[in-house]
Amino acid sequence: MSTVWVVVTVTGVATLALKAVGPVLLGGRPLPARVTDVVTLAGPALLGALVAIGTFADGRTLVIDARVLGVAAAAVAIQLKAPVLLVVVIAAAVTGFARALG
Amino acid sequence: MSEDRGYRHGVRAVLPLAVAVFGFGISYGVLALASGMGSVAPVVMSMTTFAGSAQFAAASVLGTGGSAATAILAAVLLNARYAPIGVTVAPWLTGGVWSRLLHAHLTVDESWAVAAEGHGRWNPRVLVAAGAGIWVAWVCGTVIGVAFGDVIGDPNRLGLDAAFPALFLALLAPQVRERVPREAAALGAAIGLVLTPFTPAGVPIVAASAACLLGLVRSDA
Repeated sequence: MSTVWVVVTVTGVATLALKAVGPVLLGGRPLPARVTDVVTLAGPALLGALVAIGTFADGRTLVIDARVLGVAAAAVAIQLKAPVLLVVVIAAAVTGFARALG
Repeated sequence: MSEDRGYRHGVRAVLPLAVAVFGFGISYGVLALASGMGSVAPVVMSMTTFAGSAQFAAASVLGTGGSAATAILAAVLLNARYAPIGVTVAPWLTGGVWSRLLHAHLTVDESWAVAAEGHGRWNPRVLVAAGAGIWVAWVCGTVIGVAFGDVIGDPNRLGLDAAFPALFLALLAPQVRERVPREAAALGAAIGLVLTPFTPAGVPIVAASAACLLGLVRSDA
């Protein structure tokens, strides 16, 4: 099997295992109240990290580049209750425009 | 009736996200083709692995001459967050093992965020409908990307890399109207940024999930 297909196969199986471990082992049973208090915050915690890393990380270095302008514009659009698709388009357009100028 | 509304709500809520994910799928297809993965493997990977950031990471490792082990490690680390994410939705998946596997496969950042109903509740019907919409968009986008990659060129020129965090910010906004979730988001972001220079990609995101331990100290709020 070529390198590419090894990566595709192993990553696919490992990803499904990661996704399925909770649902298969714990599926259908309520979590204890203390655990629920914790998982309630999993969304904000993970999404917050994804926003920050997606905006500032370039590999392992933190940089301030055209993406910051795009995400800032997106934040304004979200504040103004723009639809999600428009928010994403604004972020890409502002970043692409800033890159073309810079 | 209410079941029907669950699925329909999922599809409606996910449509704008699916359009964005279609665009990301195109950029992934272009990048994967340019990294020497061929045109079939990226599409198979989109159908099976079905996780954007991990697939981008694997393609860029392979494109820069990295080994299979490095590509797999990068992808698996980036997907490690799906273990805790799976635990959050598990109580609401009451079907048999195959049904739970299907829900697990269709759980991605976007479908998980759309299906969140607050206070630790997730709607499985919204999750599966939204996940299916994202899956179709991601796979179709990948097909277009590998088919027309030579014509499209570098997707980052169009600012698509900034569209990712913008999409996550839009998903985050409705979840942080109260103070404690807002603190968890800020703490998660801080953990992620602080660890980025010192750990392989993916580790900061998993570590950021520790921010939800705020729920133990602030559960009274």
